[in-house]
Amino acid sequence: MSYAPSAAAVKKIDGIIAPYPEKSAALLPVLRVVQDELGCVPPEAETWVAAKLGIQPIRIREVLSFYTMFRRRPAGKTIIQVCRNLSCTLAGAEDIIGFLKERLHVGPDGTTPDGRITLVTVECLGHCDHSPCLQIDGIDHGPVTRDGVAALLEELRAHE
Amino acid sequence: MSEDAVRLIPADEGSWRLEAYLRRGGYEAARKAVMSMAPADVITEVRKAGLRGRGGAGFPAGLKWSFVPQGGAGPKYLCVNADEGEPGTFKDRAILVRNPHQLIEGMTIAAFGVGIRKAFIYVRGEYGRIAGRLREAIAEAEDEGFLGGGIFGSGFDLEVIVHLGAGAYICGEETALLESIEGRRGQPRLKPPFPAVVGLFRAPTAINNVETLANVPLIIGRGADWFLGRGLPKDGGTRLFGVSGAVRRPGLYELPMGTQLRTIIEIHAGGPPEGVAIKAVIPGGLSAPALRPDELDVTMDFDALARAGSMLGSAGIIVIGDKIPILDVLKVMARFYAHESCGQCTPCRIGTSWIHKTVMRIGEGQGRASDLDHILRLADGMKGRTLCPMGDAAALPVQALVTKFRDELEKAVAR
Ligand SMILES: Cc1cc2nc3c(=O)[nH]c(=O)nc-3n(C[C@H](O)[C@H](O)[C@H](O)COP(=O)(O)O)c2cc1C
Ligand code: FES
Repeated sequence: MSYAPSAAAVKKIDGIIAPYPEKSAALLPVLRVVQDELGCVPPEAETWVAAKLGIQPIRIREVLSFYTMFRRRPAGKTIIQVCRNLSCTLAGAEDIIGFLKERLHVGPDGTTPDGRITLVTVECLGHCDHSPCLQIDGIDHGPVTRDGVAALLEELRAHE
Repeated sequence: MSEDAVRLIPADEGSWRLEAYLRRGGYEAARKAVMSMAPADVITEVRKAGLRGRGGAGFPAGLKWSFVPQGGAGPKYLCVNADEGEPGTFKDRAILVRNPHQLIEGMTIAAFGVGIRKAFIYVRGEYGRIAGRLREAIAEAEDEGFLGGGIFGSGFDLEVIVHLGAGAYICGEETALLESIEGRRGQPRLKPPFPAVVGLFRAPTAINNVETLANVPLIIGRGADWFLGRGLPKDGGTRLFGVSGAVRRPGLYELPMGTQLRTIIEIHAGGPPEGVAIKAVIPGGLSAPALRPDELDVTMDFDALARAGSMLGSAGIIVIGDKIPILDVLKVMARFYAHESCGQCTPCRIGTSWIHKTVMRIGEGQGRASDLDHILRLADGMKGRTLCPMGDAAALPVQALVTKFRDELEKAVAR
């Protein structure tokens, strides 16, 4: 299988690369564009990115496996990241995580069978004054309660 | 002069917009520096102001800049550390959201002083949406001639690139951050050479935290003496103290450097909620060794906290209430460092994961009498034996909890 991003993504990628003194330095932001488009960075995309930036494909794999925000396999359409570091734990994060697991019927890093939602636990989101907190597709919520989380899930369903 | 003009987190409506910043006197300090000061005088003024790095280590900013070689034909870079990964810290987020132009102005002044024409802002991946607002602010500043080519009509240029991380605590360590901008795993580099001499793309590089740079316009605009008057004689300015955990009013409090910890917790953050007593306080982000309730009369500045056996670090204050078992705190800490160790140095890679396993075993009721000493020994084996300060950052807070709350933990082991 071979992969080529959409024309719009290629244009975006070229714009990202331009200001870097060395092309290869644009690797992280370029992978982000690819992941935004595909939902993950599959092996065929690794090959394309390596050629685009003029680096060995192994460099891509090294980076993908190091940074927690990159995914090599598809995830749900929506990603819920729940913080479980100290301030959030003190404010009841484990209860929120338990509630989400129960409602979604998935464990951490699991995706609902319909492929809609992936639940991820993360370390501090830098929002500790709003603990316990979580991010849904990059949008911060907190402090959240069980009821608040139930309402957020309801909203997600309504937006289907 | 309104109080907002001298605050890092102003309260005015739409404070992040360029018009609002200009109303607060924004970009006047950069204009003064670029149009009427010699670069060396900019560095001297910042040195006189006693501005210590707000990222964690507290290194004097002006002194760091003076290590970057003067002149030379090759490029030099400025890297802004907006990785903000230290648990309990949410101050740089507030600057980026409420006052991005003050950061940009601080960058312009620093770059002018050091002779830099290209800067990167490394923003943690989780702040992707916030980075969007930062990009807008950069575009606004460029349109007005405060950034880009020929700033204020002078011959000075500065290009700024926002670089998003992708989820790795270690990338906040300055040399890991450089690796990450260069498109590699965030594995710290051996020092020396220090980044001021060999940094980004092998060129001399100044690296500063967001809050550090956001203070620079105040120093250049109002002078080093004014800035010192806002803090301590060797540790100038205010500090953004973030308070979270068992308090009534969690939040960010901008107060003079050297404000007493107890005052911040009891007066500003409202103290613990009804029926809760303080068991421990982590004063400067998760990596800062915890203090007991009888140790809270310390002043919040770099030297006083070092004397108290802890550190000011990122000034993220986490208040732990008496209803929480210390073992739960230790579990979070141990898991975090084991997860975030970059894996490059054996003492940190093995030490953090071993400590984590031991703590989890105690949590499962399988503790052994020797476990606490074992944890202390493992932590000792990490200290000072790693390329970057992460080994110490992981060892010291664990040792503090085990030492100071030993009785409680012994009971958990014996359970
Ligand atoms: C493991 C580790 C993580 C760090 N994380 C951050 C961070 O998120 N933000 C930051 O500004 N500094 C962080 N630092 C400190 C930086 O290495 C560096 O000292 C700082 O960016 C320098 O800027 P300053 O002098 O303005 O504080 C970290 C250090 C270590 C060892
Ligand atoms: S601990 Fe959860 S956001 Fe900081």
